[in-house]
Amino acid sequence: MAVQSADTAAFYKNLGRMYATYTGGFIGFIILVAILEMAGVPNRVLGYLFVGFTIIVYAVIGVMTRTMEVSEYYVAGRRVPALYNGMATGADWMSAASFVGMAGTLFLLGYDGLTWVLGWTGGYVLVSILIGPYLRKFGAYTVPDFMSFRFGGNFARLIAVIVLVCCSFTYVTAQIFGTGIIASRFLGMPFELAVFAGLAGILLCSMLGGMRAVTWTQIAQYIVLIIAYLTPIVILSTSRYGIPIPQLTYGTAIAEITAREGAMLASGLATVANLKPHISPFVSYTPLNFFAICFCMMVGTASLPHILMRYFTTPTVREARQSVAWSLLFIFLLYFSAPAYAAFSKLEVYNNVIGRNLTEIRPWLFTWGELGLIQICGKNAGSIDAIVAACKAIAGHPGVVRLQDFVINTDVIVLSTPEIAGLPYVITGLVAAGGLAAALSTADGLLLAIANALSHDIYYKMIDPNAPTVRRLTVARVLLFLVAVAAAYLASTRPGDILAMVGWAFSLAMAGNFPALVMGVWWKRATTAGAVSGMIAGFGLCIFYLVTTRYFPGAGVTYFGMSSLTNPATGLPLVDVAKAVAAPGGMDSWVTAAHPMASRVGWFGLNNIACGLLGMPLGFLVIYVVSLMTKAPSAEMQAYIDEIRKPRGRTVLEEKT
Amino acid sequence: MAPAPSQANTDEHWNRTSRLMFTHLGVWFFFGYVVHMFVVPLNKIIIPVLGFPLGFYMAAQGSLIVFVVMLFMFAKQQDRIDREFGMAEDD
Repeated sequence: MAVQSADTAAFYKNLGRMYATYTGGFIGFIILVAILEMAGVPNRVLGYLFVGFTIIVYAVIGVMTRTMEVSEYYVAGRRVPALYNGMATGADWMSAASFVGMAGTLFLLGYDGLTWVLGWTGGYVLVSILIGPYLRKFGAYTVPDFMSFRFGGNFARLIAVIVLVCCSFTYVTAQIFGTGIIASRFLGMPFELAVFAGLAGILLCSMLGGMRAVTWTQIAQYIVLIIAYLTPIVILSTSRYGIPIPQLTYGTAIAEITAREGAMLASGLATVANLKPHISPFVSYTPLNFFAICFCMMVGTASLPHILMRYFTTPTVREARQSVAWSLLFIFLLYFSAPAYAAFSKLEVYNNVIGRNLTEIRPWLFTWGELGLIQICGKNAGSIDAIVAACKAIAGHPGVVRLQDFVINTDVIVLSTPEIAGLPYVITGLVAAGGLAAALSTADGLLLAIANALSHDIYYKMIDPNAPTVRRLTVARVLLFLVAVAAAYLASTRPGDILAMVGWAFSLAMAGNFPALVMGVWWKRATTAGAVSGMIAGFGLCIFYLVTTRYFPGAGVTYFGMSSLTNPATGLPLVDVAKAVAAPGGMDSWVTAAHPMASRVGWFGLNNIACGLLGMPLGFLVIYVVSLMTKAPSAEMQAYIDEIRKPRGRTVLEEKT
Repeated sequence: MAPAPSQANTDEHWNRTSRLMFTHLGVWFFFGYVVHMFVVPLNKIIIPVLGFPLGFYMAAQGSLIVFVVMLFMFAKQQDRIDREFGMAEDD
């Protein structure tokens, strides 16, 4: 043991030095690019330098950490220290949507947007106290491994694989789409080409080294993304308020926003109908949906296989627990900064766009207006002339920008902050590299979760249990490649529905996995029949609610007693269901609206993104009732469960390697 | 030193572990949900100097800080229980 811990200590020390050097090198690179910018190198070239340099670094790490050992490929040899695994989980967790989209959502929704901030952090408490460390002690390679062992074999394994693929595949498609959007926006590449360039970056990181390679690249990606996210607002906060801690100074910005909101209402620049006060709760979501979304995102976090499997890689159960804490700390750094982005941007828009003469609009806006991401008076705000022409066409327009004239895409908030703060282009390039790191790292983790389930659970455990190591790893790589290409192809077709479904992944994972995982560890009496029927019932109800409310609202109303959701602002029904049922094609427009929050009908006024709130309790109930009706698990199985609960000793499942 | 492994020892270890789990689940529920149900009255309180309305602050930062701190505490507390019952891994 002593030899091993000396080994670990040396390994740990080297890691620290390696990543410190890497961080220093990255900062040096930023300075170099800044010097090049001052020397007059064009922006386009700087953008390519940033994106190219970071992707080459990830690829080099990916190739250097290639492996031919099964345990290295699936769980990084179980020797990733808690702190580093926390960083890797942070990158794994924070997607393109967190990096680029979250601040924009907070900009638009104000307080109600905080349900996502809460929901995407609080789940780690459940990971640590209920599930993660126990799965680590169990010794699984994949989440379906645990289901199969605890709940009587391949049928439970197959259901777990189905749940995993359903929630991970749409998610990975959205990440590859995100890489395409970021690369095309900053580098001017055609979108389809950018998608496949992103695919190459993802494959280089994950294909040769599996979990081992993904772990060490995700740490490198975390460092890039957190530096990129914090730099612009730290500079902005320092220049505006003299304190480099934007998370504290934006309180002042919020007070200014609230004052400005009152002034805008008084002067007629905004109306009560179109102004959402930044700090007022339950304007965009009803209280039920606010808390339901929060709950589903939290429990979904604790059920998503690509997150749970990160905790299979720590050396000990103790470190698995510490690692969850580190993960949340690293995630927290980004999530508690997102509201600052939203507040600073909103203040800029309210002070320097709304109420301004059309001819005095600040030029940072035109870059995004040309791309169609900012519209004023219903037309792309590409130049002053375009804005003036568009507003003239509106009868009775006062010649100053009113709140209702201004429409902004949520992606712009983070991307435009460097320009709003008057920072040089190098910071914009840095933000692009950070967004790319966020999208690539999440895509890597998801892809690995899917490919591992297919190669380990389906191929090795169910089809060919005698496959030699070389063949197992070859199959794993081929499947990884195929899944990645399929996801990239799908992303290149810009599938609106798939992208909107990412929010649903949390509910699906929650309804399918959570009850069986928790009962499997915490209730010895849970039986195979109980768990299998619970998973099917919970997941089935969730899918049913999603599909019915999304695609067949008419059938939902007519046959299943669904009614209109509530308009949070007025408390009245959102739509007139009776009229829509009576009119031919009255619901057609509801079905084509591809947006995760677009559902109009349901039970109890519950938005379908929170369908896990229906599926999960049913899952628990069915597991409980059916388990009590069937024979208790064998004494041998109960002894195994005792083993899972004790950190000390060997893992329960011993894989041959 | 660690007591000999016995069923009683195993059960007591699990009781303590469960109690710790429920405590943290309670704190999680309070800061994840209960606090935010009172956002409207809390927003009337403005945090001095910083200028945040308290209800907004709790959802944007306060609860998050609690989650991070409680996870580090949980790792420590559970480890202490494991050591007490001789069930911790070797250092």
